[in-house]
Amino acid sequence: MPPPDARVFVPCDTTARSMGADGVAAAIAAEAARRGESVTVVRNGSRGLYWLEPMIEIESDGVRHAYGPVQPADVPALFDAAFLAAGAHALGLGPTEAIPYLARQSRLTFARVGITDPLSLHDYRAHGGYEGLTRALEMAPGEIVQAVTESGLRGRGGAAFPSGIKWRTVRNAEGAQKYVTCNADEGDSGTYADRMIMEGDPFVLIEGMTIAALAVGATQGYVYLRAEYPLAIRIMNQAIAGAEAAGLLGEDVMGSGRAFHLEVREAAGAYICGEETSMLESLEGKRGMIRYRPPLPAVKGLFGAPTLVNNVITLASVPIILAKGPEHYQSYGAGRSRGTLTVQLAGNVKRGGLVEIGFGHTLRELLEDFGGGTATGRPIRAVQAGGPLGAYIHPSQFDCPLDYEAFSEIGGMIGHGGLVVFDDTVDMGEQARFAMEFCAIESCGKCTPCRIGAVRGVEVIDRILGGVDESANLALLKDLCDTMEAGSLCALGGMAPFPVMSVMNHFPEDLRARGSAGGGVRP
Amino acid sequence: MNPTYDAYRRPDDLGAPPARSQAMVELTIDGKTVTAPEGTMVIRAAALAGIHIPKLCASDMLEPFGSCRLCLVEIEGARGTPASCTTEVAAGMVVTTQNARLADLRRNVMELYISDHPLDCLTCPTNGDCELQDMAGAVGLRDVRYGYAGENHLDAEKDASNPYFTFDPSKCIVCSRCVRACDEVQGTFALTIDGRGFDSKVAASQDQPFLDSECVSCGACVQACPTATLTEKSLIELGQPEHSVITTCAYCGVGCSFRAEMKGEQVVKMIPNKDGHANHGHSCVKGRFAFGYATHADRITAPLIRDSIRDPWREVSWKEAIDFAAGRLKEIRDTHGPDSIGGITSSRCTNEETYLVQKMVRAAFGNNNVDTCARVCHSPTGYGLKATLGESAGTQAFDSVLKADVIMVIGANPTVAHPVFASQMKRRIAEGARLIVIDPRQIDLVRSAHVQADCHLQLRPGANVAVINALAHAVLSEGLEDSPYIEDRCEQDAYEDWRRFILEERNSPEALAEVTGVPAEDIRAAARLYAAGPNSAIYYGLGVSEHAQGSTMVMGIANLAMATGNLGREGVGVSPLRGQNNVQGACDMGSFPHELPGYRHVSDAETRALFEREWGVELLPTPGFRIPNMFDAAVAGDFKGLYVQGEDMAQSDPDINHVSAALSSLECLIVQDLFLNETAKFAHVFLPGSSFLEKNGTYTNAERRISPVRKVMKPLAGYEDWEVTQLLANAMGYPMNYSHPSEIMDEIARLTPTFRGVSFDKLDRLGSIQWPCNDNAEHGTPTMHVDAFVRGKGLFRLTPYVATQERSTSRYPLLLTTGRVLSQYNVGAQTRRTSNSQWHGEDVLEIHPHDAEQRGIEQDDWVGLKSRAGDTVLRAELTERVQPGVVYTTFHHPESGANVVTTDNSDWATNCPEYKVTAVQAYKVNRLSDWQQQFEDFTETQLQFLREARTPADA
Repeated sequence: MPPPDARVFVPCDTTARSMGADGVAAAIAAEAARRGESVTVVRNGSRGLYWLEPMIEIESDGVRHAYGPVQPADVPALFDAAFLAAGAHALGLGPTEAIPYLARQSRLTFARVGITDPLSLHDYRAHGGYEGLTRALEMAPGEIVQAVTESGLRGRGGAAFPSGIKWRTVRNAEGAQKYVTCNADEGDSGTYADRMIMEGDPFVLIEGMTIAALAVGATQGYVYLRAEYPLAIRIMNQAIAGAEAAGLLGEDVMGSGRAFHLEVREAAGAYICGEETSMLESLEGKRGMIRYRPPLPAVKGLFGAPTLVNNVITLASVPIILAKGPEHYQSYGAGRSRGTLTVQLAGNVKRGGLVEIGFGHTLRELLEDFGGGTATGRPIRAVQAGGPLGAYIHPSQFDCPLDYEAFSEIGGMIGHGGLVVFDDTVDMGEQARFAMEFCAIESCGKCTPCRIGAVRGVEVIDRILGGVDESANLALLKDLCDTMEAGSLCALGGMAPFPVMSVMNHFPEDLRARGSAGGGVRP
Repeated sequence: MNPTYDAYRRPDDLGAPPARSQAMVELTIDGKTVTAPEGTMVIRAAALAGIHIPKLCASDMLEPFGSCRLCLVEIEGARGTPASCTTEVAAGMVVTTQNARLADLRRNVMELYISDHPLDCLTCPTNGDCELQDMAGAVGLRDVRYGYAGENHLDAEKDASNPYFTFDPSKCIVCSRCVRACDEVQGTFALTIDGRGFDSKVAASQDQPFLDSECVSCGACVQACPTATLTEKSLIELGQPEHSVITTCAYCGVGCSFRAEMKGEQVVKMIPNKDGHANHGHSCVKGRFAFGYATHADRITAPLIRDSIRDPWREVSWKEAIDFAAGRLKEIRDTHGPDSIGGITSSRCTNEETYLVQKMVRAAFGNNNVDTCARVCHSPTGYGLKATLGESAGTQAFDSVLKADVIMVIGANPTVAHPVFASQMKRRIAEGARLIVIDPRQIDLVRSAHVQADCHLQLRPGANVAVINALAHAVLSEGLEDSPYIEDRCEQDAYEDWRRFILEERNSPEALAEVTGVPAEDIRAAARLYAAGPNSAIYYGLGVSEHAQGSTMVMGIANLAMATGNLGREGVGVSPLRGQNNVQGACDMGSFPHELPGYRHVSDAETRALFEREWGVELLPTPGFRIPNMFDAAVAGDFKGLYVQGEDMAQSDPDINHVSAALSSLECLIVQDLFLNETAKFAHVFLPGSSFLEKNGTYTNAERRISPVRKVMKPLAGYEDWEVTQLLANAMGYPMNYSHPSEIMDEIARLTPTFRGVSFDKLDRLGSIQWPCNDNAEHGTPTMHVDAFVRGKGLFRLTPYVATQERSTSRYPLLLTTGRVLSQYNVGAQTRRTSNSQWHGEDVLEIHPHDAEQRGIEQDDWVGLKSRAGDTVLRAELTERVQPGVVYTTFHHPESGANVVTTDNSDWATNCPEYKVTAVQAYKVNRLSDWQQQFEDFTETQLQFLREARTPADA
């Protein structure tokens, strides 16, 4: 017999929904009604085991059991199999936490994602929410900054700058008004961790930003949220309203007498607006153009005021650092890369999904142990790490540990933690061309190396692939890459050469006239 | 070498604006020890040390931007290659600006630029003066390996819509200098970058042709452009200049310094001088581009005479013309007495010229019948400021506005009438200064791009004094006055009297609300803002002076500033914005019938003795005729001969019918001007004048700044204006023997304490001088009344509000007020003879849609405009810039007849006409007015007389 008030968890996360979660939720409700069974469908966040979505869960004897991937048509059979009481079924995955993919992770930032109802403050608090802020309110601002510094947390948006130092800079900057801004314009290829947090555990971001505001002395915050994430925008807005209603945001945060107001600003829909200075311009209502630095945003940011700019994951990692102490967070990781990394497996991979794990595991572990190789079953030929500006990693480099310094040594970039997998049919010449094309499309147009260089980059690669003056053009491409890297105003133009150079270095056979060898294995 | 005459070269650009810090930092650049103020960008510090780092997007006129990436350098200990234009100097910093790596980088960046640029250098208009070309040379670009077949903008279409410059986007390198100049220097925000990445392009407004856009054609973008993208049409036509001469603009009272860039005697370009103390390298459409009138075909270059205005003109020699004029004047004087002749000086002429005219009238004519056009604009300023503060001049330098926290603009429209100062003011507002506008109209400052007035007191025309009294009442009744300042700096008894008067209930904002049309709370808010400062500055214009109570209002302004302690330091003050280039100077030079140079009354025997000694004549101790007196006396038959230099009363003075009657009754009217202006059509002698390009001298701008005017070409008619006056004086029997205007200035300096230290030599050295300049202030005086007022203690004067007689009645229910537009200048004699008329081809009547609807008037309809003085017809412009009950027009075109409608009402103290309030009726019509018809006929007759003079009789 199913428990009298059985709860079924069906993720409301965009990925799960795109794979049919809404239909599954409706089918469960309908089937329960048809059978006269009392079932509550809880729309939780995603566990991030995306190849299993829609992955539904039930709770039995305090243990969550998972089934997936479930389609509406499977629902009657699941009822027949008494899934509400963890009955056996072909789609059954057993106790969720025991699924190796999940069991091997260290979920700190994502501790609640997939477990709770994202918009239930009760749920949030019941799972340790607002313990961090409660602790922070007992601390002096300088102590909060100290805790963040000691945790070893570094910017998870890609630059990996030590968060504590940035916070201290904002805190020490003079200004009657300061701001905390969250860069949620998640635009790197193969990344979705920010979205998962905002859709699956929005209060952790709100709490993190509130703690940041206390630490740096800001009273106003903005979440610059990617316009292409309508669901995340809706959920964040609802969560902010809920937090305000509960006195967790507003003029008097938790009765502390401290004010912090938070607003979501829909992003302008350009990749460049994810660059922090461009984001600030956009937040000010201007065209998304790069500002030169220094002055750093920490000193002169939004509307000229000292501004903390952090990525979603960075800020969402703060509550647990405060709640459990910096040493707890710091105990994860390797070398100078402390805490956990939220890897997002994407592209041609068998088991795509979110892996939060301490720094230091090798790329191979992620690709093989978690990812299970390619979805096509063919050998992996390359992995692009760190978004469209990241280098293509050659299989010979797969034993490199995922830690900022080690990765940098092989010319790679962990960035926001996205890994996009390609099998051996990939044409790396085309990928090099794409890097330049991407830069040309997304360039803000301010600096010359990026504005003109990227366009010329595409043309030069086309000439190479077309067999025109191959060696001269290869030399020119190398020169162009150097010019863009050294001369560009921001990371877009400065890093667009990375994937190109990695192709030149590791896949030179593909950067040749078509018709000759190269261009990947045709399946 | 003469510092003012240079072989042409592009002025140095240090790549970044100066830093404001006093603290100095020492660093090493290319092995050279360099010190620079903290906050200086490396590129500027290097340039100051003679190390020129390649650059394209950086300029010392613009904020750092960092886009071109040519100025990258290496800095020890710093990552990568930072841009020197965006990197501040730091103590101990070690910078390398040239090495192989940087050379490669720069060459490669340049290669990218040129891969999208036409290769037509030899035929390009900026050949020889192109920064892109220079940089290609500097980095040693020899090859563009990308070829020229790639994506490019070479086919982008040229926009030649602006009459003065072309926009050729095919040559654009997207450095954004033009956009930034429009934003940062001009403050109009008309330009933008449209599109993204490689598609980025400069666009005017909504990607419109420049002429149709919000562009005000100030030229800042053209000046900023490092390529041929934005190029003067004159340069395209004429080629590069070969020398340049620093001179001063002949338009408004800002007095911008310009470099006349010359080819022989031909002006190729007028470029705002970066070292100009009034304009700091900025300009407006008039000074920058509208100089073509100087060589316009309408210029009259030979003297003309005739016996009657019903006769055709006869072209004669200078000698004949001067003898004819002098003979007639002497004859009149002998027949009708010494008071029957006089002279009028012009605010458009130089100090030396106006000085000479008043000297001639006093010494050669033998009377004090000299007046100036300042009579009809800022005479109340001279009166009111002298009475309260002790000096007839503005108290500040323009730069003072950069330290103002609260700016109050009263009856002035700086964005059109003083555009370059308006840009400076807007820059300060953008930095956070608060703004109060007191004006019956919604002028641009009330709300435009990045500017919004905190208070707009939209008063009824004629209620100025009520408003200033109400503001003072609010200050005193709320205890916001600066008592220690008043006690220390002002006469106590007078203050107490004034205080009692102001605190009377009839002066409260509440009691006056009905009169002013401004809610009491708005007045109080403005008063609080102004009193709070800490630095509050008042700027005012003709909307203050041209009223029946103009002088009262000026005193009211001075009272308010004294009461709040806002005089005597930077950032505060009372600053009249003078309409014309040399209003201040014309007044300083003794152009008034009651005052000798330096505002000394003719009744003062000591002063008279001083001048009598120098001039060798006896001077009359009684004031002569003011302009309106001259006209009245002329109509009465007592005043018969008049010498007018550079002034056009028949268009600019009020009640034109009366002016025409007066001019028609003269027996000898001598007009000295560039053109056959409206007044000259009534003249018997026409003496060709010389433009500001054809003579030497000085102008004194609204901030008392004396700036040099330098001759860049020969006078078209052979003589500079001062020489003509000298010829006439000599012919009248009074010898004058100046060989250069510097000698006239030397005489002025000898006779005038405030000018004692001024000389042409010193002007050459310093560039400009703000008077007083004497032993106490060798380099001049930017801020007046610093420790004490010129008169000693400041004197509060009672300012009871008296309503003007011009009030709306059932017959004349609307109030007409008049003003200016940006593109035209005063009577338009100059600007109408340039392409500026493309922006303003005719004067229109602004009328509120509500008033228009009541009268069945639609946009562009012909509207009759009638006052008790006369009537005219104008085209209707329906706009909410004017409030219901108020109509507005300009007087730039003579056929508009704006001054047919204005009345003889004038300021009680100075007779400054009440141009700003005339009760009128407006109604729909379908033909020109009778006056306009007569005007057309008269004009045609007079032009025919001129044509006849120019056509040889036997041809």
